[in-house]
Amino acid sequence: MEPLERIRDRIDARFGSGAATLVPNPSPSAQHSLLLRSDQAAAIAAFLRDDAELCLDYCSNVSGLDWPAAGHLEVVYHLYSMTCRHGPVIIRVRTADRGPGAAAPSLALVWRSAELQEREVFDLFGITFWGHPDLRRLLMWDDYAEYPLRKDFGKGAA
Amino acid sequence: MDLASPPDASGTLPGVLCTTVETLTRWGRSHSVWPLQFGLACCAIEMIAASMARFDIARFGSEVFRPSPRQADLLIVSGTVTKKMAPMVVRLWNQMPDPKYCIAMGACAISGGPFHTGYNVVPGVDTLIPVDVYVPGCPPRPEALLHGLLTLQEQIRRRTFVPRPESPIPDYGPRDLIVSPPPHGAAGTDS
Amino acid sequence: MSFGDLLEVSVGPHHPSTHGVFRMRVTLDGETVVRLKPVFGYLHRNHEKIAESISYLGSMPFTDRLDYMNAMSNNWAYALAVEKLTGQSVPERAEYVRIILAELTRLLNHVCLAGFLLQDMGASGTPLMYAFREREKILDLFESLSGSRMMCNFQRFGGCRQDLSADWLREAGRLIDRFGPFLDEFELLLAGNEIVLARTQGVGVLPRALAISAGATGPVLRASGVAYDLRQADGYGLYPRFPFRVPYGTHGDTYDRYRVRVLEMRESLGILRQALATLPEGPVLDPKARLRGLRPKAGEAYGRIEGPKGEIGFYLVSDGGPNPYRYRVRPPSLINLTALEDMCLGHTLADAVVILGSIDIVLGEVDR
Repeated sequence: MEPLERIRDRIDARFGSGAATLVPNPSPSAQHSLLLRSDQAAAIAAFLRDDAELCLDYCSNVSGLDWPAAGHLEVVYHLYSMTCRHGPVIIRVRTADRGPGAAAPSLALVWRSAELQEREVFDLFGITFWGHPDLRRLLMWDDYAEYPLRKDFGKGAA
Repeated sequence: MDLASPPDASGTLPGVLCTTVETLTRWGRSHSVWPLQFGLACCAIEMIAASMARFDIARFGSEVFRPSPRQADLLIVSGTVTKKMAPMVVRLWNQMPDPKYCIAMGACAISGGPFHTGYNVVPGVDTLIPVDVYVPGCPPRPEALLHGLLTLQEQIRRRTFVPRPESPIPDYGPRDLIVSPPPHGAAGTDS
Repeated sequence: MSFGDLLEVSVGPHHPSTHGVFRMRVTLDGETVVRLKPVFGYLHRNHEKIAESISYLGSMPFTDRLDYMNAMSNNWAYALAVEKLTGQSVPERAEYVRIILAELTRLLNHVCLAGFLLQDMGASGTPLMYAFREREKILDLFESLSGSRMMCNFQRFGGCRQDLSADWLREAGRLIDRFGPFLDEFELLLAGNEIVLARTQGVGVLPRALAISAGATGPVLRASGVAYDLRQADGYGLYPRFPFRVPYGTHGDTYDRYRVRVLEMRESLGILRQALATLPEGPVLDPKARLRGLRPKAGEAYGRIEGPKGEIGFYLVSDGGPNPYRYRVRPPSLINLTALEDMCLGHTLADAVVILGSIDIVLGEVDR
């Protein structure tokens, strides 16, 4: 698979500079990732899926992350290619803040496998996904008001 | 069998046992406990294993797992009761006709087990419904469940069954499950 | 509730054929499913949140309870993710032990699935009895090794907890020799059975493109014609040393999903035979491995293996502390359900039960 720097440069060339930023991972796993600008994330995702060289047709894992110190929430997607048998390419999207309006673009229309997983992130982290076909709580009951996987859950601040 | 011996052998025919209807009923009841076919989590697999050839719960008269609570005598709470599942567990219990019994199988059903700190885990099913026998383990081996069943049979033979009041069904709240204190007291009185 | 002539039925969470506390809200036109919405969360045990408050090693027993049929492979997936995060290496013998245990787990899972699936089709009791008979034999092996039948808690970061004894290996060899004839017998009983064919062929078709997009993995994906097996695609562990075939279907229906699993069991037996014959000597735990007090450097790692149900992965984020900052399980059972509605539409409710059975879910993993 082509190096992540090259993927970033190709995204930047196509979607404008700064559309993707390299996030280095200092751990021995060396699984570096690309931070996507959230207003373009869905288009970039479709590009990654349809690009003949990358053909990242399979979104394996969608995970939420809470960073209270930095003041934002983050969604991480692990992409692989079943056709070309490579991966992972890891992309991340950040919300503007951690408030009630925290939102990120949905990639469920690009990869169907994100559908249930984004619902789970919505349920447990409180990130609203725009463009999601069926955004409801997945695990907790509908009237539940909290977001349990946030770091301040159960510590007074809702 | 703990049927009473005839009071005086000279006045009775050979092969005749005298007993009370109550004792006979309890004896019969204890050997035909029909469990509800109801699995919650990991323990359910061991419950199924207990009904299979190797452990063979049929030896003790309890192989008739009924899918409907209306036909069941025994609720085996086989796994973690989550707050989302709690109203259904109580409703199933309320739908079972008297006389009915409950076995809490495994650490989760007893106390929440390894998951007891979870925000969606009920810390023990006895906070919702009355429990007659606790079977510890994570999960308990099928033999342990069989021992729990035998303990229950022992209890059935020893105790007068007191009809169970309806347990209140918990509600989903915005922050937590809303549980009313259960009306149930002791499972029965020894007599 | 009814909408005109449509009838809405809630199947589960207490239903004999939903394999646990799974619930489907099904809308029926007569007997035909026109809408099906799964409802999750009845076994949501907060595994991911709990893991953030305990050490890395402390989460190992919790992984047993995710997919409680397959403790050994869950352990491996978690150990693999932590090893990626810390750069820990694994001795050769331990890799073999892991493969042996993972393939035994695959046998265990697939044979039970076959039993449950046939039970769902109305073969009440008998196939499941046979399946559980074989399961008990494998569980005896696991128990003698780890002390627990189901919750093995066996893999460690950098190897395994314990070595396999010569006695254990002999017993395992005997089990593998007898498993082949059992499969022959099992198939003789069922393959070509008219009811099985009628209930499964052409039922619940998952097209190839949808399978890929919906993130289906494991036998569900391969039955739809994608020969994607992480044991070969990723080549994790020492799998590249063992030649084996990846069975895949062409129709993507329930029958193919059943057949793929039966064929996979035969390939697993082949892998097991090779692994037992070539098991090298040596330690099973890297002497430098750090188990207690593990504090990985800040960073993240995603590790995944081919579990019996599909791709089971763990995504770990470390902030340098003793507990994971974020601990995420990639649950194959949940993600394989993404396309459940598409597979069930137009079939009868009784078929939906069989389709659900053929996906092979365990609620401990669906809801975590």
